Amino acid sequence: MKEKEKESVIKIADLSFAYPSRDAVFRKFNFNFFKGERIGLVGSNGSGKTTLFHLIMGLLNPSEGKIEIFGKERKIENDFVEVRERIGLVFQDPDDQLFSPTVAEDIAFGPLNLRKNHQETKKILKKTLEILGLSGFEDRITYNLSYGEKRLVSLATVWAMQPEILLLDEPTIWLDEETIERIVQILNSYSHLSYIIISHDKKFLKETTNCIYLMDNGKINRT
Amino acid sequence: MIKEKFSEGDSFFHKLDPRVKIIVALFFSVIVAVTDKYTSLSGGLLFAVGAVAVARLRTKEIVSRLLVVNSFIFFLWLMLPFTFPGKNIYTLGSLNISQEGIKYAFLITIKSNSIILAGIALLSTSSIFNLVHALRHLHFPDKLTQLFFFTYRYTQTIHSEYIRLNNAIKIRGFKARTNFHTYRTYAYLVGMMLVRSYDRSKRVYNAMLCRGFKGKFWTLNHFVFKKSELITGIMMISYIIGLVLLP
Repeated sequence: MKEKEKESVIKIADLSFAYPSRDAVFRKFNFNFFKGERIGLVGSNGSGKTTLFHLIMGLLNPSEGKIEIFGKERKIENDFVEVRERIGLVFQDPDDQLFSPTVAEDIAFGPLNLRKNHQETKKILKKTLEILGLSGFEDRITYNLSYGEKRLVSLATVWAMQPEILLLDEPTIWLDEETIERIVQILNSYSHLSYIIISHDKKFLKETTNCIYLMDNGKINRT
Repeated sequence: MIKEKFSEGDSFFHKLDPRVKIIVALFFSVIVAVTDKYTSLSGGLLFAVGAVAVARLRTKEIVSRLLVVNSFIFFLWLMLPFTFPGKNIYTLGSLNISQEGIKYAFLITIKSNSIILAGIALLSTSSIFNLVHALRHLHFPDKLTQLFFFTYRYTQTIHSEYIRLNNAIKIRGFKARTNFHTYRTYAYLVGMMLVRSYDRSKRVYNAMLCRGFKGKFWTLNHFVFKKSELITGIMMISYIIGLVLLP
């Protein structure tokens, strides 16, 4: 293995986390994610898969432990600003993700936050829509989209930020086979992309990931 | 979904730069609110009615909005004439109606209706996003702009949560009746609606953070400020200044 590939981009050490008045989700949890990896994350409901994503993005704060991302320790809100610009999280529920009136504006939101200028943003917008097969959707109203379309647009909003790592939370649930196939193709045609996918869809994971981790009882193990 | 009913259209006001509209609306509201001269106020009302006419909005919807405002004002009419100290012009049983009270209630009625009408014509004819964008361009404080946007956005969220819950109730055969079951169901509905909207709003905010939101809105479409719009703005402002100068 080359030296560069060994370098872990997400390094979680001895992390503990609990939601208020509930048993700990993580106790002394350890996890390393390396650049170029494409992993699937499985585990029973409530095993902490989504929580892990939220901890990585700094939406939740661990009670103890260390989170190191891109070689820097991330502790406070400001540390995560850079993380969020380089790691893209697609939420499970597209209604949590979409908030602008039109598809174009929602997709442009991320790139504009990254201070891309208008020409660039429009170029990114057009390309993203093309890649995801959503051309012509620019002026569609986000809340009038079908569920499947909303999910694709959610992916587009994060895709447009050109993240180095994607975190996908159940990207296939309630999607038809054709749409799932499209997502598989998109993911496989970007071989430089690293990602973690939470899914219960074994076929999908087999087609898109190299290895699968099982989360159980606050621990994570390669299967 | 709460629709921005008035923002769709292609009248003169729909096309006018929202920055001009915001400034004019603000200026108009302040002037009308502080003036007590009848001549100025009737000029103001004329301006407001004229603006609505130019914006070519549906009368029925305008009236229904005015009804909401005036239902509040109605209570002022119930209170003010009887409680405001001043010259007694009529005695109703043990209650005295004062001339100043009536005058005061009348002024409030004219003022609020003028401001609401002008607001509808000038502000409702832009989409919320454009208004937020315009406020940013006018160097309005970021916090206030966000507050404005999120108020809108989360009213929307609460509304859609309500529809969702209401559907869930309906499909299981719920009918509102005068009984404890109905009250309890509605109490649950309201409680759940607030809790769920709160959660959802937090998740949406998180999603925004994940996409690099740092407290500033950048919009996709820029305004182009035309000379004619500047002139329109100046003309409207001059008219309003003219109102103050009236005898």
